[in-house]
Amino acid sequence: MIGASKIKQYSNVLEKPLSKGKQEVSLSAFAFLFSELVQYNQTQVDNIAELERRLEDAGYAVGARCLELLCHREKVYHIIVKLCVMFMPFWLSQGNRRETRLLGILSFVHSTVWKVLFGKVADSLEKGTEHEDEYMISEKELLVNRFISIPKDMGTFNCGAFVAGIVRGVLDSAGFPAVVTAHFVPMEGQQRPRTTILIKFAEEVLRREARLG
Amino acid sequence: MATTASFIIVSRNDIPIYEAEVGSATKREDAAQLHQFVLHAALDIVQDLAWTTSAMFLKNIDRFNDLVVSVYVTAGHTRLMLLHDSRNDDGIKSFFQEVHELYIKVNFLQLGCSVHVLVFHLSIVEKN
Repeated sequence: MIGASKIKQYSNVLEKPLSKGKQEVSLSAFAFLFSELVQYNQTQVDNIAELERRLEDAGYAVGARCLELLCHREKVYHIIVKLCVMFMPFWLSQGNRRETRLLGILSFVHSTVWKVLFGKVADSLEKGTEHEDEYMISEKELLVNRFISIPKDMGTFNCGAFVAGIVRGVLDSAGFPAVVTAHFVPMEGQQRPRTTILIKFAEEVLRREARLG
Repeated sequence: MATTASFIIVSRNDIPIYEAEVGSATKREDAAQLHQFVLHAALDIVQDLAWTTSAMFLKNIDRFNDLVVSVYVTAGHTRLMLLHDSRNDDGIKSFFQEVHELYIKVNFLQLGCSVHVLVFHLSIVEKN
């Protein structure tokens, strides 16, 4: 008889260990799934604003779950300066740090979330010049938009609304409510416009940031 | 060793999604409600404390008679609250971490739903 390897069967999905490593998914499989998602929603709505809202809601669900999982997986190096400056121990702590500051959660989204979801960190993170509460994450081309072309009669619609929803889900669950939208920004000298995720934080976030100093 | 403990999971929107009473000590009749009341009263304290630190495990944030409230705040601001009389910090911390992992797995199914499956996990508290 051919030796058969024993595969451990988990009777309960809860007993299965939380996967530690990176799981890669086929890009074409994702692109296919995403195009189906967009097409399905297109049949359900009458106008573009509604379509954007639906994509955002879909992304929100992803973002909320993402935050919990990634914060748990992330290992953080603590650098603590003890009494004597010469003696600086580094030690590894098993995940479990929450982000409580604005810049902290923004760089978490910009680096960790983007890395896990799209395989690379976002291109840039900028603070808005006009308003205190606006921040922008820019990407030359969003992964979700790579195989999508927008017809002229849809105007400014951007399937990046899905990614905006993910960002909103992460921020909202972490306690930083914000309005997040995706925009095309035409760049000189480049054929395809850049995509910018615009994050506008709610009043209470700024007040709490000011209070925390 | 007789221990009493009351465990509650409260979501970000202050909705309890799981509660359990456990302990080997004999209980008074209104003990369960009393424990719930104490835990809910501690919610305000947790709210303020959660923003001052980036740690997840907050211990001994509140006292009632000889019972002590410890809280574990997850990244999504879901609070795992335990009312207990033992002093075993490490045991409680590892209990919280195990529940946290279970919570993450359940969270994938539905956000903020009630969780019944955690009941078997309370055996760990008995060991504390």
